[in-house]
Amino acid sequence: MDEPQTLIDKMWSAHAITRREDGAALLWVDRHYVHEGSFHAFTQMHERGGAVAEPALTFGIADHYVPTRGRGGRIADPDIAAMVRTLEKNTTESGIKLFGLGDPRQGIVHVVGPEQGLTLPGLLIVCGDSHTSTHGAFGAYAFGIGASEVAHVLMTQTLWQKKPKRMRVTVGGKTTAGVGAKDIALAIIARIGADGAQGHAVEFAGSAIAALSMEGRMTLCNMSIEAGGRCGMVAPDATTFTYLRGRPYTPRGTAFEQAVEAWSRLVSDPGASFDREVMLDANMIAPIVTWGITPDDALPIDAHVPDPAGETDPVRAKYLREALDYMGIAPGKKLTEITVDRVFIGSCTNARIEDLRAAAAVLAGRSSKVPGLVSPGSTTVKRQAEQEGLDRIFRDAGLEWADAGCSMCLGLNGDLVPPGERCASTTNRNFRGRQGPGARTHLMSPAMVAAAAVTGHLADVRPLLAGRAP
Amino acid sequence: MEKFVRLAAKACPLNLSNVNTDQILPGRYLRLPRSPELGQALFQDLRRDAAGKLKPDFPLNSPIYREAKILIAGRNFGGGSSREAAVYALYEAGIRCVIAPSFGDIFAQNAVKNGFLAAVLAETEVTELAAAIAADPDMPVTVDLEQQIIARGNRSFSFAIDPVSRNQLLNGWDDIDLTHSNREKIAAFTAADRKRRPWAWLPQV
Repeated sequence: MDEPQTLIDKMWSAHAITRREDGAALLWVDRHYVHEGSFHAFTQMHERGGAVAEPALTFGIADHYVPTRGRGGRIADPDIAAMVRTLEKNTTESGIKLFGLGDPRQGIVHVVGPEQGLTLPGLLIVCGDSHTSTHGAFGAYAFGIGASEVAHVLMTQTLWQKKPKRMRVTVGGKTTAGVGAKDIALAIIARIGADGAQGHAVEFAGSAIAALSMEGRMTLCNMSIEAGGRCGMVAPDATTFTYLRGRPYTPRGTAFEQAVEAWSRLVSDPGASFDREVMLDANMIAPIVTWGITPDDALPIDAHVPDPAGETDPVRAKYLREALDYMGIAPGKKLTEITVDRVFIGSCTNARIEDLRAAAAVLAGRSSKVPGLVSPGSTTVKRQAEQEGLDRIFRDAGLEWADAGCSMCLGLNGDLVPPGERCASTTNRNFRGRQGPGARTHLMSPAMVAAAAVTGHLADVRPLLAGRAP
Repeated sequence: MEKFVRLAAKACPLNLSNVNTDQILPGRYLRLPRSPELGQALFQDLRRDAAGKLKPDFPLNSPIYREAKILIAGRNFGGGSSREAAVYALYEAGIRCVIAPSFGDIFAQNAVKNGFLAAVLAETEVTELAAAIAADPDMPVTVDLEQQIIARGNRSFSFAIDPVSRNQLLNGWDDIDLTHSNREKIAAFTAADRKRRPWAWLPQV
């Protein structure tokens, strides 16, 4: 009998064209997504006089720099307008399909790809963005690449890679009410560290993962990179196939049924061995927030921030002082006593329809004590949320309902958290200055951001959900 | 692609861990083309205060380390965003090598593509090297990729790098030429793959 294989092994061998003596393999790329930030790669290609090898497998999406207000009008900032125009020019010249500003399908690449059925199980997917790991939720082998690799994929539709080590994170049990995929992701990152999965591809498994919706799995795989893992994946199952059926680019009819048959084999074989295994119990996971400046600075909402005075390791103590100083938080402070200045609901991590529903369930009939911005993950999500009346809930609560893009996750389009302000955010990185110079970011789930909005401080969402549908 | 074989230069200890690519080059510089301006923006928010003044306690701001081509950093250097411009910024600022206990995967890959060495030493060795440099910043550090040795004075350390990256840096291979030399294999793969995984393909445009 053949050696049992992991899902990661199966993906690797399905895409390996040839292997080098040093262990690198040339891999075939099934989908390549480009965005405004991909301009360096187009420049490299033009400088070599190269051309796009497979325009049919390449898709352009305007997300990183797009304005979230005043759609349809002129972009006020000429630098931002130039970024959006350059993507239009680069994609059009190469015959690449573009979901540009003004397209009803526009949105964040990691929301739009799955939504359009471009992201499928078994595909190797790359994009010049570290959160490409998101697409692994479908059982795809998806990872972020830099500009030189983007240029290589543009010109050859292939990529030289060394095989990553294999890690499995098994989350058993069942999450309790008010706890979602973001809490699972932060719990994993807190456990293994912001570099815990470095050099590894991660497979997420276990009953709590199987119970997640596709939206939840995308949130989880999205955050793999915040644990250092370049790609995370979940084996496709009935939840995956149900999500995919009938999407614009998904195979149709018997082709779909045949695809499902092939996709169903994309699982780790019983007895397959991993380089590292990590186990968590979902029942033990509470709503989590970050307090510091890396995503592994994450604690359950009922905890206190660390006190450097109680830290015996001098290096760690120095780090804690720096992090608390940047965040403007007194050592040992209770998390729920930390007041916030604004909230942001958006990003490739948590701006899908289910995320907006979770936040709206908390905000319905309540007011936000602080200003805030809601930027849906895509224009399609925006329309659906409006059909469900979610936009009214956000507006009635006093939050701004904006258009789709990367927005305040990194502020490239000008949606910035002002210096010194504290933001409860559904995004993925609480790095210094990520949401703007001097901005202080606390990462949490959409429901927890809604709880922070209605209370004005970091808060446990669970009491606010009493008597409400989750 | 540029080769990296051997480098003898002054080194600067950063004494910082988890320096992610947002810290190496903040997002607001990402719209710039590759240019010396990126070198000036290197570590912008770490090296300057809110008013834009250079912080005297940031090592690279010290005239002692002005000629440094090697950085010594703590674990997880270059984690986070895939922005290759973080490597461009280091390169444009004259840096050619970072020595740290671990690196972000995408950063390490981007480094190789730019003839830039990300060398892995054990945490204790990094600490020792950083302390030695701080005590005598003028003594150069030699990095030999062929031998995988970092040497300073009488002290030397073996460093780790994966064989694929090492090969690439030593040879300065042009990836795209290398791939194009495999054209026939690629054609054979795609012809078979269209039959094997028809669902993976989309109609030609």
